[in-house]
Amino acid sequence: MQPFTTHTGTALPLDRSDVDTDQIIPAEYLKRIERTGFGPFLFAEWRKDPGFVLNRPAHAGASILVAGPNFGSGSSREHAVWALEDAGFRAVIAPSLADIFRMNCTKVGLLPVRLPPDAVRRLMDAVTGDPTTRVTVDLEAKAVSAPGFHAAFDIDDFTRWRLLEGLDDIGLSLRHEEAITAFEAARPSFLPTATRSG
Amino acid sequence: MTTATTLSQKVWDQHLVHRAEGEPDLLYVDLHLVHEVTSAQAFDGLRLAERTVRRPDLTVATMDHNVPTAPGPEDPVSVRQMEALARNCAEFGIELYPTGHIGQGIVHVIGPQMGLTQPGLVIVCGDSHTSTHGAFGALAFGIGTSEVEHVLATQTLSQPTPGSMAVTVDGDLPPGVTAKDVILGVIARIGTGGGVGHVIEYRGSAIRSLSMEGRMTVCNMSIEAGARAGMVAPDDTTFAYVEGRSHAPKGAAWERALDHWRSLGTDPDAAFDREVRIDAWELTPYVSWGTNPAQTVSIDGAVPDPASFEDPIRRESAERALAYMALRPGTAIRDIRPDTVFIGSCTNSRIEDLRVAADVLRGRRVRDGLRAMVVPGSMLVKAQAEREGLDQVFRAAGFDWRDAGCSMCLGMNPDQLSPGERCASTSNRNFEGRQGKGGRTHLVSPAVAAATAIAGHFCTPADLGIERRAADGG
Ligand code: SF4
Repeated sequence: MQPFTTHTGTALPLDRSDVDTDQIIPAEYLKRIERTGFGPFLFAEWRKDPGFVLNRPAHAGASILVAGPNFGSGSSREHAVWALEDAGFRAVIAPSLADIFRMNCTKVGLLPVRLPPDAVRRLMDAVTGDPTTRVTVDLEAKAVSAPGFHAAFDIDDFTRWRLLEGLDDIGLSLRHEEAITAFEAARPSFLPTATRSG
Repeated sequence: MTTATTLSQKVWDQHLVHRAEGEPDLLYVDLHLVHEVTSAQAFDGLRLAERTVRRPDLTVATMDHNVPTAPGPEDPVSVRQMEALARNCAEFGIELYPTGHIGQGIVHVIGPQMGLTQPGLVIVCGDSHTSTHGAFGALAFGIGTSEVEHVLATQTLSQPTPGSMAVTVDGDLPPGVTAKDVILGVIARIGTGGGVGHVIEYRGSAIRSLSMEGRMTVCNMSIEAGARAGMVAPDDTTFAYVEGRSHAPKGAAWERALDHWRSLGTDPDAAFDREVRIDAWELTPYVSWGTNPAQTVSIDGAVPDPASFEDPIRRESAERALAYMALRPGTAIRDIRPDTVFIGSCTNSRIEDLRVAADVLRGRRVRDGLRAMVVPGSMLVKAQAEREGLDQVFRAAGFDWRDAGCSMCLGMNPDQLSPGERCASTSNRNFEGRQGKGGRTHLVSPAVAAATAIAGHFCTPADLGIERRAADGG
């Protein structure tokens, strides 16, 4: 996973609520068995509208997504995060993010940032008004800033540390290998196994 | 000292492998369900890191999202994904129920069907509707592909503790109100973000009165309220459903399992972080009008006017939804005419769902010009339905009778809506394009779907003078 410390870039204002992962990456593009190459299909349907914000030249190269509440709801498809990452996004800022989507972000290294609704509104208006606005997302300081804008955000220390260091979650969990083995030894024998004899 | 705990906390605590201040908990996973869409990159990750599957015996795979449900040319890209799953399962020693196998079906239908889904387990799958398995009193989460890889490698999952939320539905459900209506009613009340960060426990006499299949329908759509999982405490209904299934405990092990399962229910004085109460009599059959599952109204109602929403975000969302759905405010729901009726998906494709629909359709015909299809959740459900002659009822009524799969629940296999096509669907998501590009989805119960197929506009069996049989799980 790519570490995240601080990132400065321009932002894409996606002023919609309940943006579900079916919109972020529609099902027909989930057939790839590779981990990359999803970027061109990001918001594939909405993109067909020439007026869609992602198509506006003024927002080309944006690397921070600013969205409405309940972003990333619906399907657990991590492809949604891969598509955002592949299209050059490093952080998503919204008043609320769906649980699985947020979890997927933290595994991939796309920073999920929750800010109060009024702060998101002000940021949304600022970057809509001036698409060249430089926004900084600082994970060390746990703050988002832009000219005339500053807002602190919360993230649990463990996830923050993992993102700052770019650590592989599996490696971290395998530090507890002994505890896993001990747990397995104590599991009751009536628990099911998937082997066909049952 | 013992403290009173909830069902979800008990299951959580019993699966703690490691807990440390300031870290997410490490939970042991009893059952990992795998399907073709969210696993290929996880297996690649394992190979890349030279890791292996820790417990292939606690892992089971099937093919569902991509599979065609009728003969026809196969999409080579879908085939490639299904072949990748077959190769990965062979390489890592995982039981696979591929297309063509009688055990194949939607991943959330086959787990319970085999008796693998049991009370008190931690169950995960790279699919958000894993919440379905919570109907048994299991703690069941949807996870992303990185987490799939994590579970394959370690048989554990690293998770922050969720909050607990009680949704209590008390009283008798009015006639014609099914499990699907219960959950649509719950989501309409608490919203798409109402359960975020929480595990919902469904409680109350209306929930207890549901069959296991009805409880699965309710838990299935917990994710549509944003919840991490949904659960129902196991009881005699649960035990009777599990007993005798191929992977259920037998003999002395059954007795020990029962003792354990009986201890799982929420303690009487346990407190939830959030509580929502609903009177069963307030519920009606529901039809969604918008593009998220909270945009739902009683079948007796009308398409709302976006201007009636005070919250600007909800107003704007309703405006967008009505434009996409090509609906005018004030239109009575019963005046809306679908082009297509789809009965299927992990929400409503089990045998009881098919029985309810068949009861409505028996001796009747689908409205001229309307496309209707029914897709059993698994090949075993299909076989059971055929033993009961339900396939004949569906076919005689003018429905297509298909093989098992996710089918028209999502636009990933050949079963799709065309742009502008309007569908009465028993599935779980009415997102833009969910059932095919430009398709317009209205979420309903199997009973409403079947009656609508006959009338050509949204209606209930009662509207057609059809008595519903009692005690179904619809
Ligand atoms: S039936 Fe639909 S919701 Fe269920 S697993 Fe398949 S695609 Fe997902």
